[in-house]
Amino acid sequence: MIYYDRVSKIYADNSIALDGVSFSVEPGEFISIVGHSGAGKTTLVKMLLAEEKPSTGSVFFESINIHEVPLNRINHLRRKIGAVFQDFRLLPQKTAYENVAFAMEAAGRSEEEIRSDVPHVLELVDLGDKLNNFPGELSGGEQQRVAIARAIVNQPDVIVADEPTGNLDPVNTFEVIQILKKINDLGTTVILTTHNKGVIDALKKRVITMDRGKIIRDDREGMYIL
Amino acid sequence: MSWVTTKRIFRAGFLDFWRNGFVSLASILVMTVTLFVVGTTLFAGVILGSTLSELRDKADVNVYFTTDAPEDQILTLQKTLQAMPEVTSVTYVSADDSLAAFRTRHQNDQLTLQALDELGDNPLGAVLTIKAKDIAQYDSIANFLKQQQALSTDGSASIIDKVNYFDEQHREALARLQSITDSGQRLGLIMIAVLILTTLAISFNTLRLAIYTSREEIHVMRLVGAGLFYIRAPFMVEGMLYGLVSGLITLLMFYPLTYWLGNATENFFGGTNVFQYYLAHFPMFFLIIVGTGVVLGSIASYLAVKRYLKI
Repeated sequence: MIYYDRVSKIYADNSIALDGVSFSVEPGEFISIVGHSGAGKTTLVKMLLAEEKPSTGSVFFESINIHEVPLNRINHLRRKIGAVFQDFRLLPQKTAYENVAFAMEAAGRSEEEIRSDVPHVLELVDLGDKLNNFPGELSGGEQQRVAIARAIVNQPDVIVADEPTGNLDPVNTFEVIQILKKINDLGTTVILTTHNKGVIDALKKRVITMDRGKIIRDDREGMYIL
Repeated sequence: MSWVTTKRIFRAGFLDFWRNGFVSLASILVMTVTLFVVGTTLFAGVILGSTLSELRDKADVNVYFTTDAPEDQILTLQKTLQAMPEVTSVTYVSADDSLAAFRTRHQNDQLTLQALDELGDNPLGAVLTIKAKDIAQYDSIANFLKQQQALSTDGSASIIDKVNYFDEQHREALARLQSITDSGQRLGLIMIAVLILTTLAISFNTLRLAIYTSREEIHVMRLVGAGLFYIRAPFMVEGMLYGLVSGLITLLMFYPLTYWLGNATENFFGGTNVFQYYLAHFPMFFLIIVGTGVVLGSIASYLAVKRYLKI
């Protein structure tokens, strides 16, 4: 489903973010990518979202080379990948409802679908009573749940969560991971990057360990080993 | 583009305009200054134009006829001159009227009047006063008159006594007048162009800064799968709204301002009352000022968003 083929990323200052990384992700998998800060986890995720281009190598999503898709078509591919970020990245001038609705509007969904799906998805992440709140009026955990609702509302094939619990307390961290597990149980592929040892050890799913731009371990039912 | 998408774009544009209150207010204020400058230069252009045409109107060429020139021949020449495309008007002053005007002009100069009475006959001939559309065209009119004079001398005596264009002093005065009006016009146009370009650039930059504050949002919109047009269009609607509101404020401001300046401009520059002009040409002002605002707002937004869409 997703295939990283000898991907390297060297920035203008000659720092190496990724160094010949190859791995594949099967449909329905839950993969955690762990590593110290600067190991290249976020760069890997950015490659999948076409936020960054590899210096060499290719990234394939359903046999399509992501970085060969033109700028005016890349949004179609991004709709198949829901993204969740450490800093939430909600639209500050839009309410929780409007943030989720925006993803559906951008995908060209009808008003009826939006009116029925958005409250339902926000209900799923336990925010049914915060539909009309702006991000500034929500806690970190609540904002991250809105971001998850936005990521899943178009029923994407993959959810990419880049350090989604980085800014959350243990209770909110647990809730967010439970939601991601639930999404995975329903058949969606999940790619999670994290520093959180407790989360990884509790998940008992595939773990890719990175160090200085390279994959140093790839364990089927891995633990946080660094 | 479907109706639903259009509706969503306009709704998003209106909501962003309303919710980004401070940014909207700042952008509107700067755009109002821009449009005010555009409007002021329109007025300045009108005043400059009327002042220059007033100056140009002072230029003319007089054709003095001999005292025995038959009136029908003079009137024929008047008709011929009037038919020329360069000529605006030809005024005929008969010999008697010339004399009456002379007497009125010298009513306090008894010596001159006495001398005139002693002459017995009317020493003055009829006069045709010619006004051309452009000062530069007097030369061709004078040449035409010269030809007429030459043609007449072949057969009989010419009826034209003198054309004042051939006086060195008159010609110089006309040339100087033309140079003054030409440089006035050129300078005016340059000043208007520089002023408009400067304020447009300031306004353009303000909108760029306004959209700079939204660059993160644009980035996020791209990542959640929004298309280029779907992101750009609401910003364009917002820019158009800035232009529309600024345009309406500017038009409102011009009402009391031109009313206050109306009489002053009429007396000082002669002829043009800016308030009357504003009222009479309101649709033109509306189209230019609001149109400039809306076009400027949308184009500036389009270009400003473009640079953040490259992901």
